[in-house]
Amino acid sequence: MIDAHLPILVLIPLFLGAVLVPAVGMSRRSLAYPTALLSLAATLGLAWRQLVVVMDSGTIRYRVAGWEPPYGIELYVDLLSAFVVLIIAVIAMLVVVYAGSAVKREIPGQEVGFFSVMLIMLIGLNGMVLTGDLFNLYVFFEVSSLSGYALMAVGGRKAPVAAFRYLILGTVGASCYLMGVGYLYVLTGSLNMMDVASLAPQLSENPAFLISAVLMVVGLGLKMALFPMHLWLPDAYTYASSTATAIIAPVMTKVSAYVLIRMLYFVYGMERLETVIPLGSVITWLGLTGVVVGSIMAIAQKDAKRMLAYSSVAQVAYIGVGIGLGTPLALVGALLHVMNHAAMKCCLFLVTGSVFRQTGSTRLDSFNGIGRRMPLTFLGFTVAALAMVGIPPTNGFFSKWYLVLGGLQKDAWAVVIVVVFSGLLTGAYFFRLLARIYTKPTDGQVETTAIGEPPPAMVAPVLLLAAMLLLLGLFNHWVVGNIIEPALPAALTERFSQAGF
Amino acid sequence: MDQLIESWRPLYAIVVSLVAIPLIVVSGSRPNLREFWTLAAAFAKAGLVLSMLPWVLNGVQPYSRLWEITPGVELSLRVDTLGYVFALVASCLWVLTSFYSIGYVRGAKEHKQTRYFASFAFAVSSTIGIAFSGNLLTFLIFFEMLTLATYPLVIHKETAAARFAANKYLAYTLPAGMCLVFVTAWCVSKVGNVDFVPGGFLDSSLGSIAELRWVFLLAMLAVGVKAGIMPLHSWLPAAMAAPTPVSALLHAVAVVKAGVFGVLRITGFVFGPDLLRDIGVWTALAWVAGITLTVASLLAIRQDNLKRRLAYSTVGHLSYIVLGAAMLTPAAWTGSVLHLMFHATMKITLFFCAGAIYVRTHKENISDMHGIGRQMPFTMAAFAIGSLGLAGVPGVNGFVSKWNLAVGTLQADQAVFMILLLVSGVLNAAYFFPIVRVAFFEKNDEFPKFGEASPLMVVPLGITAIVSIVLGVAPNLGVHALDMARRIAAAVTGGAA
Amino acid sequence: MDLEALITGRWPYLFTVVLLIIGLRGMLLKSNFVKKLIGMNIFQGAIILFYVVHAYKLGATVPVFDKHLGEHADLYMNPIPHGLMLTAIVVSVATTGVALALLIVIHRRYGTLEEGLLLEKLRQDD
Repeated sequence: MIDAHLPILVLIPLFLGAVLVPAVGMSRRSLAYPTALLSLAATLGLAWRQLVVVMDSGTIRYRVAGWEPPYGIELYVDLLSAFVVLIIAVIAMLVVVYAGSAVKREIPGQEVGFFSVMLIMLIGLNGMVLTGDLFNLYVFFEVSSLSGYALMAVGGRKAPVAAFRYLILGTVGASCYLMGVGYLYVLTGSLNMMDVASLAPQLSENPAFLISAVLMVVGLGLKMALFPMHLWLPDAYTYASSTATAIIAPVMTKVSAYVLIRMLYFVYGMERLETVIPLGSVITWLGLTGVVVGSIMAIAQKDAKRMLAYSSVAQVAYIGVGIGLGTPLALVGALLHVMNHAAMKCCLFLVTGSVFRQTGSTRLDSFNGIGRRMPLTFLGFTVAALAMVGIPPTNGFFSKWYLVLGGLQKDAWAVVIVVVFSGLLTGAYFFRLLARIYTKPTDGQVETTAIGEPPPAMVAPVLLLAAMLLLLGLFNHWVVGNIIEPALPAALTERFSQAGF
Repeated sequence: MDQLIESWRPLYAIVVSLVAIPLIVVSGSRPNLREFWTLAAAFAKAGLVLSMLPWVLNGVQPYSRLWEITPGVELSLRVDTLGYVFALVASCLWVLTSFYSIGYVRGAKEHKQTRYFASFAFAVSSTIGIAFSGNLLTFLIFFEMLTLATYPLVIHKETAAARFAANKYLAYTLPAGMCLVFVTAWCVSKVGNVDFVPGGFLDSSLGSIAELRWVFLLAMLAVGVKAGIMPLHSWLPAAMAAPTPVSALLHAVAVVKAGVFGVLRITGFVFGPDLLRDIGVWTALAWVAGITLTVASLLAIRQDNLKRRLAYSTVGHLSYIVLGAAMLTPAAWTGSVLHLMFHATMKITLFFCAGAIYVRTHKENISDMHGIGRQMPFTMAAFAIGSLGLAGVPGVNGFVSKWNLAVGTLQADQAVFMILLLVSGVLNAAYFFPIVRVAFFEKNDEFPKFGEASPLMVVPLGITAIVSIVLGVAPNLGVHALDMARRIAAAVTGGAA
Repeated sequence: MDLEALITGRWPYLFTVVLLIIGLRGMLLKSNFVKKLIGMNIFQGAIILFYVVHAYKLGATVPVFDKHLGEHADLYMNPIPHGLMLTAIVVSVATTGVALALLIVIHRRYGTLEEGLLLEKLRQDD
């Protein structure tokens, strides 16, 4: 009984939480945190159950309120979407555990609003993943964006300005997406993704169809901060509160990337688009440029949060490279990186949050010799940094590994070379930071003293994430073989069946 | 074909020192307990490795099949003879180095000793992992782990020189690791199964000659950095900023030997002699190695800092091994494998001596060491034995490996390389013997009476010196080094030595 | 295909394109944040018009069942785009609301909404 309604049930605890948090928080502010925790725990359980059910009995197509598609809204849950929902739930759970002590210190008095808005954002993101309806996706898109602006606006003094800029660009993106949906609707008369997908093969030469694909790429590209549409990201991430960044950075851009993959490969049919316009090559080249530019910008930063923000631009660009290449292994790499980068970035941003809490700053100077003051936190940070550089056997190595294999499938040498050697640029800023963290400051630098580990609730999530990074690396094949590979579009895997799987 | 036998011992041998790391870190405030864990792990590891000797000698390969880590490629540990030889050297010398390290860091009052011992254990685990890797991907994983584990050891002193050395080390080894990623990915995408096979698993049908040459070049860049092949060697003398036991084990045994071990793996077990002849790159590799071993010896003569002189000498001797691998003949391969082992015992003796001198006297330059042989007779006697061995004097084990190498060059009809070997032997004598002469036959009255370093340091260096002589007289004694080397050479080149 | 044939009968679409461009220009080129917001609203309005124009049929009536007209689908306008756009309008109002809230905070903190002045004050903050 419960299993049949899982797709909608996953969202219910979040809804309840978003309403209950302000309700109980009004009388007693300290109750906001346990309420949010409880609602996320329920979501996590349901998301886990959903993945198990989907793995056992296949894709769930759920009709909301019993309306038949294409008239009603359909929730479409296959292995991939169930998996992404689980990732979101895990990350969100860890961040909320962490947020209990962090938010109180960093943005005092705002706990109720923070938890409530965060839960609404999670509704939006989960909805984007679960829905099988194009317009419904737009609504969830805006739900997540609007709550994202609100979360980002609360933090440093400059946060509202960054949030406003993001709002303008984000709205352009959402509007582009809506426009794209409009074209599709005009052409097909349907808003159901599966329906549109079944009609798409006859449309691939139609200019309106191509325009709508480009609009989708621009719209989702803006939200996922694909180079050169990343301009909103560095400021927004830097000035938002650390906890908000720690939840937005890992999931928001990744969910958008995931939706872009869904759209291009499951709705539009990338291989057909590619015969008419070189969309894939364009995305690949944007990705490659983004990897290089993002990393170089990261090297130049003096603030840890800003450095990580630019590194996000580079990491999202890797996903872009995989999407553009479109070979099965490259897509595996892109999807794996969605998961991997979410875990790594969450870990890194949580640590910067802890540093901010303990030292009052996230400038790189405040990391001097901090490794001995906060040994456990920085154990997690080190693992995450190594995963970012792509040192095996962390998970970061394996997503790049699949991208490289995907590049070799197509003899795309530029991709292979950039993906393999871009780790050097990443290494340049992370090893520099690690040396700062673990060694005595050199002349003219001040050592950070007299601070210790933050409360256990802020250390445990970091360590759990670090452990995840190693486990996801060592057992990546389980994820790839059981979840990603079976969910890839059949047309794609057939075309490349001789060369890999 | 060797017989396979499933066993967890290779895995245990790797993991035992990883398990020691948390124990070392936790007992950081109690040095004696901490050092106990290091020694326990070292003995356990050496014991596990030695326990596999009967299998290896009988042609049985223990393997641990782990899980599939990427489609079609497993994480696999397999102990073939070559891997075993390397693991044996690294694990046995780790025991000695552990004792020596304790004496050294306490004698020199190094800071952050916990980090030091933890990183050391991690580095040794990675080294054994490299030795036991059954395929290229597993090799890559441990190879990168070794890069990482060594970084904290190089930067250990945290001086400007150490920082510079550590950055230089990364600047060389990270790109190298990435070359290896590329090569591995290329192999996986071309052949799928990348298990090491004696004689190689690639063949000329997989790509154009130009493409194969590029892949080989990248593969050599990948392992050549750690192997100190010129012009990729310059991190090695810089890394001498690290504490001496690090230089001893890592920069004479583990890291650089992992590099030449990689050269042997790639030439013998990935590309294979036939393909290397087909694409005509073996002479190029031989020339690079030949030039390296000559130039490095010349540079060594000019160094006054003892550790730097030893570093350049290491660069030269590593290229002996590479040269032997490039010759692709049975005797040359035998010589390479033997030199992999024998150079380790000799060079570690020399580094131990340099460290002992530093701890007692804080002297690093040869020009300050007049008459030191009278104060530290055992240490300098061991130094003399190591020097004689590296110069190739009969009676010490260096002669055996060099002899085989020389025969190997003749088997390949490349007499020119034999001449280079001989010239380099003379140069070796030219840069080592003056040290011995200065130490024993010159007087310095201002030199205070220091005496020997602590037994924790002198005993290990004595043992390695004696082992060098024993193996020089009877190379097959104990672990049957010569037999193992011959077996490897026969499997790879397809001919008897 | 000559230009005239392309445009004839597509005037409403052309109009929405013009609106889109006006809106985009406002968002990207105006230096005042309120004007940017107005541009954003125009942009969203253009897209809403795009949907509604598509749903429009000459001579058709509102999509509420009428006994006199019977079940002739072509006598009713397509209700779906209208329904969708009601939602889109709600979203756009919500966005405007959030944006205005942000502008109020910015104005309180920095006393200006002109981009040039604001940037200067932001720099002083560092």
